[in-house]
Amino acid sequence: MSVTSHDPKNVDATTGTATTGHEWDGIRELNTPLPKWWLYIFYATIVWALGYWVVYPAIPLASSFTKGMINYSSRGEATADVEQLKLARAPMVNALAKASFEDIQKDPKLLTFARAQGKAAFGDNCAPCHGAGGGGSKAFPNLVDDDWLWGNGSLADIQATITHGIRSSDPDTRQGNMPAFGDGVLKPTEISAVADYVRSLSSLPVEQGADLNAGQKVFADNCVACHGENAKGNPELGAPNLTDQIWLYASDKATIVEGITKGRGGMMPNWGSRLDAGTIKALAVYVRTLGGGR
Amino acid sequence: MSVKQQQARESEIEAAGLEAPLYASRAKIYPAAVSGRFRNIKWIILCVTLGIYYFLPFIRWDRGPNAPSQAVLIDMEHRRFYFFFIEIWPQEVYYITGLLILAAVALFLMNAIAGRLWCGYLCPQTVWTDLFFAVERLIEGDRRTRMIKDNESFNLERFAQFLLKHWAWLMIAWWTGGAWVLYFSDAPTLVYQLATFQGPFMAYVWIAILTTTTYIFAGFMREQVCTYMCPWPRIQAALTDEWALNVTYRYDRGEPRGSLKKNAVLRDAGKPAGDCVECNACVYVCPTGVDIRDGLQIDCIQCGLCIDACDTVMDKLGRPTGLIGYDTDINVKRREAGLPELKTRFIRARTMLYAVVMVVVGGIMVGVLATRHDSGLAVIHDRNPLFVRLADGGIRNAYTVRLSNKLPENRSFEIRVDGFSPELVTSAEGKRGESGWPVLLVGPDQTFEERIFVTIPKGGLGNGHDQDDDKRDITFRLIDLRSGSQIDVKYHFMQPHGEKQ
Repeated sequence: MSVTSHDPKNVDATTGTATTGHEWDGIRELNTPLPKWWLYIFYATIVWALGYWVVYPAIPLASSFTKGMINYSSRGEATADVEQLKLARAPMVNALAKASFEDIQKDPKLLTFARAQGKAAFGDNCAPCHGAGGGGSKAFPNLVDDDWLWGNGSLADIQATITHGIRSSDPDTRQGNMPAFGDGVLKPTEISAVADYVRSLSSLPVEQGADLNAGQKVFADNCVACHGENAKGNPELGAPNLTDQIWLYASDKATIVEGITKGRGGMMPNWGSRLDAGTIKALAVYVRTLGGGR
Repeated sequence: MSVKQQQARESEIEAAGLEAPLYASRAKIYPAAVSGRFRNIKWIILCVTLGIYYFLPFIRWDRGPNAPSQAVLIDMEHRRFYFFFIEIWPQEVYYITGLLILAAVALFLMNAIAGRLWCGYLCPQTVWTDLFFAVERLIEGDRRTRMIKDNESFNLERFAQFLLKHWAWLMIAWWTGGAWVLYFSDAPTLVYQLATFQGPFMAYVWIAILTTTTYIFAGFMREQVCTYMCPWPRIQAALTDEWALNVTYRYDRGEPRGSLKKNAVLRDAGKPAGDCVECNACVYVCPTGVDIRDGLQIDCIQCGLCIDACDTVMDKLGRPTGLIGYDTDINVKRREAGLPELKTRFIRARTMLYAVVMVVVGGIMVGVLATRHDSGLAVIHDRNPLFVRLADGGIRNAYTVRLSNKLPENRSFEIRVDGFSPELVTSAEGKRGESGWPVLLVGPDQTFEERIFVTIPKGGLGNGHDQDDDKRDITFRLIDLRSGSQIDVKYHFMQPHGEKQ
């Protein structure tokens, strides 16, 4: 149905605008075309869409999609961003890889960078066992206190531990074992006695009627090889100091008895096979800031 | 057509029993040239404000080798804002809040004194539109010429003028965008970079955005921005009172309107006759197309150009000027009632209140600025673990501290903890000063983060400061080793439950 807008019947008296001729219950529809600028923008978007389909990935196919002329992908963009970030960090990363710990300590910029990188790497790799803040948990050492199982807390020692791991598959791994004395070496009474003796070393209360002399004798016969005559431990073997207030597992007698009976041998991976030397250096610097060394 | 005229037309249509349309297209406005007092004031304000905007970034201010030498600079990259002798760090952005309050109250005060001073003279929309009008007039001619040309078909002369006008507008708009980005980087360097196409991409984007908005707002949207987009006319209308000076048509003197000769005859016959000769000069010069004789209205920006236009006409007719002028509602009403005019009262409760608010806010800002520290200390307690037991049974807490040095030079600070002896406080770096307390170095205009360990040995401090709370208060003290100035930060020390330390 075509309506001529010149027909006076089809012109709205109030506005002077033509109507479409359609009428519902006395209401007539004004024939108000869309503004030109609006239409042109609409057409422009259509043209734009055609171009977009050609240039960018657009149309899904059965098992793939059209790749577009410039072969764009958001994943590729992210990869490029990461590459760019690596490139931007390269000077500092290279400087860190080459620098000795002394150099790092002397250069505030490098030190700040190492700490920041170490913090990020710690969160990615170490936090699952050692905790987000390095607080550790049972069987996983606390890195914030002033005690070190292995080495003396120097940067080089921390670096060696991270690189080669503890009881790991690395040939240079830190090695040392708490044997299971319950496997026919010591009788349960002897284990109980030595556990009481060990508690007494840290000034912890012992059970009533405990024979500390018997415990001391068991200790001298079995434990001094690693833990030392004065029970101060041996950081070369990862043998803990038994006279201090820090306990990797727990200080109650049952846990100590369990440790002597079944042995202990926590494991830490050799991160040298997974992380580059610079990152490990950064980790060592960061870990040392957690507790400030011994 | 002004909003008021349009409303009048709508009521006419409705009175005739018809429905008024919901939409009316804009009637193009062709403001005529005018000269006079207010036009001169507007020219001066235009030159001063645009001069400040375009050239301020080029003013230099020496801050030494470790800080930029641009007087006004928003340094996004290093997160600093420089304004002559003031340097603002991101954590001090609350000064902007103070400035915004000051700006709002200043706007209210202007309004209480003389209406829309901001709209008529100072608003960027007004200033740039005024400049664009001037360019248009210079190239295409005055009101009549432009109206005739718009009705003519397109010819070569019109085409040349069209090109020239839009080119000039775009140049102004481009300069506006160009000046904008100079506030965010060293101006001379950036100008060189931009000119040699080595500028940062974002600079070109911002220039493009500002060029576009200036060109569209001042070239095409003009009074529509004020009438339809800006919230201030609505707020202003609610804030004004009968004592505020406003650009007013003194209808008590102007009405009834009529031609000069007719009104002269009436006047001689002792009948009422007004001064308004219906020359419409006030309407022709209006940049928003209103008729001031309809009274105060939302689209009148009160720029005063109709005052100039009317005064010119009155001078020619030998009648006193001021048929349109700055006047208060109260005086219009009093003259109508045959009462003598009152003197304009600038000092009244409203203006005093605004002035007091401005003085208080300004005073607080100046006070805070004058007494602020040139260094800062922020302390965060380790969350995991809250404390550690040391090998000897002592309890140690670790804190991350961030020192800020707001001076452009290297500085050394000592960190102390009240009630503790120096050896109980250690930094991860381990450096100590002569007094035995940890010493930290902070570079010029920088912050420095370090971990601080605080220990309470087994058996407690033994100096009367011991407590058995799980959480005890301690005070960190940052001392500038050169000036001796100090900052205290209260924090807490966590220890195992029920253990006296």
